[in-house]
Amino acid sequence: MKDKPDVLQGTLALMVLKTLDVLGPQHGYGIARRIEQISGDILVLNQGTLYPLLLKLEHEGSIASQWGASDNNRRARFYRITAPGRKQLETETSDWERTAQIIERFFNVKAEELP
Amino acid sequence: MKFLRRFFIRLSNLAAGRRADQRLREELAEHLAFQTEENLRAGMSPAEARRQAVLKLGGAEAIREDHHAEQSLPFIENLLFDLKYAARMLRRSPGFAFVAIATMALGIGATTAIYSVIDATLLHPLPYPNPSELVRIEDDLPGVGAQNVNVSVPEWKDLENSGIFQNVALDYFNSGNLTGSEQPTRIALKGVTPNYFAMLGVGAQLGRTFDPGDNTPGVILEVVISDGLWKRAFGADPRILGKTVRLDNDVYQVVGVMPPGFRDPGQTSEERNTELWYPGGFTAVPFPPPLRNSRFWTASARLKPGLSMAAAQAHLDALVDALKKQYPADYPAQEAWTVRLVPLSESVVGSVRQSLILLFGAVGFVLLISCVNVANLLLARASARGHEIAVRQALGAQRTRLIRQFLAESLLLFLLGGLAGIAILFSVGKFLLRLVPESLPHMNDISVNWGVLAFALAVSVAAGTVFGLAPACLISRYDVNGTLRQEGRGSSGTRERSRARQILVVSELALSLVLMVAAGLLLRSFWDLFKVPLGFNPSRAMTIETWLPYPNDPKTDIYSTATQEAVMLREVLRRNRALPGVEETAVGDRAALPLGHRKDDRNLSPLIREGQGVQSSQPPLIDTSIVSPEYFHLLGMTLLRGRLFVDQDLQDTPSIAVINQAAARTYWPGKDGKGEDPVGKRVRLRAEKPDWTTIVGVIADARTESLADASIPQVYLDIYQRPARDLAFFLRGQLDPSAISEQVREQVQAVDAELPVFRAETLNEVLSTSLSVRRFSMEMVALFAAAALLLAGLGIYGTISYLVNEQRREIAIRLALGAQRGTILKMVLRQGLTLAAAGAGVGLVGALIVSHLMAGLLFGVSSNDLPTFAGVTVVLTAVALAASCIPALTAMRLDPITTLHSE
Repeated sequence: MKDKPDVLQGTLALMVLKTLDVLGPQHGYGIARRIEQISGDILVLNQGTLYPLLLKLEHEGSIASQWGASDNNRRARFYRITAPGRKQLETETSDWERTAQIIERFFNVKAEELP
Repeated sequence: MKFLRRFFIRLSNLAAGRRADQRLREELAEHLAFQTEENLRAGMSPAEARRQAVLKLGGAEAIREDHHAEQSLPFIENLLFDLKYAARMLRRSPGFAFVAIATMALGIGATTAIYSVIDATLLHPLPYPNPSELVRIEDDLPGVGAQNVNVSVPEWKDLENSGIFQNVALDYFNSGNLTGSEQPTRIALKGVTPNYFAMLGVGAQLGRTFDPGDNTPGVILEVVISDGLWKRAFGADPRILGKTVRLDNDVYQVVGVMPPGFRDPGQTSEERNTELWYPGGFTAVPFPPPLRNSRFWTASARLKPGLSMAAAQAHLDALVDALKKQYPADYPAQEAWTVRLVPLSESVVGSVRQSLILLFGAVGFVLLISCVNVANLLLARASARGHEIAVRQALGAQRTRLIRQFLAESLLLFLLGGLAGIAILFSVGKFLLRLVPESLPHMNDISVNWGVLAFALAVSVAAGTVFGLAPACLISRYDVNGTLRQEGRGSSGTRERSRARQILVVSELALSLVLMVAAGLLLRSFWDLFKVPLGFNPSRAMTIETWLPYPNDPKTDIYSTATQEAVMLREVLRRNRALPGVEETAVGDRAALPLGHRKDDRNLSPLIREGQGVQSSQPPLIDTSIVSPEYFHLLGMTLLRGRLFVDQDLQDTPSIAVINQAAARTYWPGKDGKGEDPVGKRVRLRAEKPDWTTIVGVIADARTESLADASIPQVYLDIYQRPARDLAFFLRGQLDPSAISEQVREQVQAVDAELPVFRAETLNEVLSTSLSVRRFSMEMVALFAAAALLLAGLGIYGTISYLVNEQRREIAIRLALGAQRGTILKMVLRQGLTLAAAGAGVGLVGALIVSHLMAGLLFGVSSNDLPTFAGVTVVLTAVALAASCIPALTAMRLDPITTLHSE
């Protein structure tokens, strides 16, 4: 419990923001479910850790929340991304892409390609 | 940004007690419901579906904790919790809490009080912009032993053009008669160059200050007045600008009023209370001719920005060398003329700095001792709480968490102590301020302001942390098993802790010994000064001052010659003699006031001896007083040789002078060292005046200049031959100090209604004032030493009681085995004595160091004065013994059977 979420902490926030950005307002369970689905069920969340993270993102102003009714008419708390959250998502996405590119190049490098 | 937003939301949640538990609980319930539903759809049984959902969610308690930690600030929350717990613990032992808080209140209150004085004087000496650029410029003539001899006008011009300074301003402090209101009042005033206020960088609250570009050579008929004078004499008249005031019979126009907080940067408290400033060019009448060696003026300046003192001084030295080459006649090599820059702040507070630092050091010792005492109390209490701590550790409390909690407790104690100290300071502040001598610079600015409060708070927190941490670490290092098993046997204290307590007590004793030695030495110095043979008799004598106006136009001056002035003086003296109770009267100038002098009143004149070094222009400077013939008899000064002044000595008879023994010794040492008879010798006292003055008498030395120095050369001139403006009337007899001032005023104004009469003082008051700073620091240090001794006594009492309590089993067994009770008493007392001896040993070394550091404050007593050191050690040992006696007696009376049974 202590090690895994630490690795995930930064990326999990990014995943939450991206999910909300793409799919619009979601409740906690919805977010957890979507993240698992998108990752092709490779990533198994300890779903409870999502809630402190959501509160943190809300305190930071990246997302906002309010009570609403779900599809099957249950009362649930819905989270939506805010303008600052979108901006954060943008910068973090490009950061990630750059990092990924660099890592990819390292993986693909072959001895004969180097001068 | 994001971080801050998050922090403030959490802080506000914490402050408002807003919790998110309910929300989380609902969200989690929904979450589980969703997951269970999905699991059911996947074909699980209801029970299994629910179980899997809970498993997938994870530990509910951990989530709740994380969520709660995110909602508020756990660190602060814990701190508040610790503080709440600490407060509860303190309430449970009110006796301990009271003693500890009172001790800290004493320590922090005293430290804060002294700090408030230092804050007003040493830390904020100059209420002007960029104060570090401000300097005073002082000429020295080391070749003839003269220091700080002021500056002449040509030198000022050279300094202005040197490129070292932004402005150089001249000023001279003086008194003047302000007439026009109901009573002529004498006010402190300053003639200044027009750039004076520009140099200080302060503007007027009303109107303007002087135009720095004004090149009028003589006096400019404008004045700027202080806020105090504006309110007092002009009823805060908003249309004051453009009105005229009469000052020594000349008419000036008011052009500005300074702001309420403005103080002149003078060197004496009198000068700092200057109430009126007028500008002048210092080069034409009524100023004396601007000669290079007519050094009458005080110079202050503002350095060019960014120029350091050292760099400025280097430039200045170069300038001085160049000027010496250019004007060899004015700067003879024997004089060794130099110019020195002194930070203005230094010249304002320099004289009291050492006393204040001594006080701050002393009060710091008291603070340390109180901290040590409280640390000792905390340690003692820890023994009583050993069981609680062991249980908590056994239940899994982390050591850091325990330390944090003990720290919270000691911080709370120290903070409460600090608050109590400040509260006491506020309630007795007025009384304490009365102890502060008035001659202290910025005496009126002393207050408990925010800076001082912040200081008190910082001291409390720092002391609480430092002196709470050590006991906290010691306490938390408990051997859980041992403590729990031994509980009830009374031997839970470890050797380490009793060692710590002993070290604390030894340091307390050492610190108080140092303080007591300092106090003892100061007391002896003060006593010696107080008892020193004065050489004159101050009892039943009074002085009352007046000031003869000095109009700018000499033609309107009715007191321009000694003969003119003598008529008035003789008439006033005759009338004064007729006043009830008056037996004798005399008159002199302010320089003749015994011990009443501030630096400016010392009238130093060059003394040229006939036949000796007439050609050289560097005569030695001598203190000069102008007095009437009755002065010597009134003050009880003895004539040793020749004669005193008589009524037949007048303006048109040959000029005469009387000197003191010190002057005779210094200037007529004779060839064989036996001394030459100075009577009949002729001297010249002002370089410009060609007439010779004959010395007619020698009087015995008297400490009229300084209590600490018996032999300062002095020369007295006859007031009926040399007129003076700053007059002091001397009266002796059965005087009523409250009425005499009015009576003398009536008599003086009956002769000249324009004259002010002010500052009636008995000579005993003057004597006492001259000792005020010394008395203040002596009293304070003595007070602190007494407090320290009391605290150290308490400390040693506590430690010995604690040791006795720890050893009571051992003592009971010894008694049961037949030990004599006297032996037990001796055993305990020996422990007390050992501590006292160790404390005294360390303390004596410290005291030797401190006493050498404060050698400059001592008078008539050496810094390793054996009687003081021995006496203080004896007192400390006696107190330590007395404090150990009570627990020793308890130990002696221990009943072995009850003690052994109870354990």
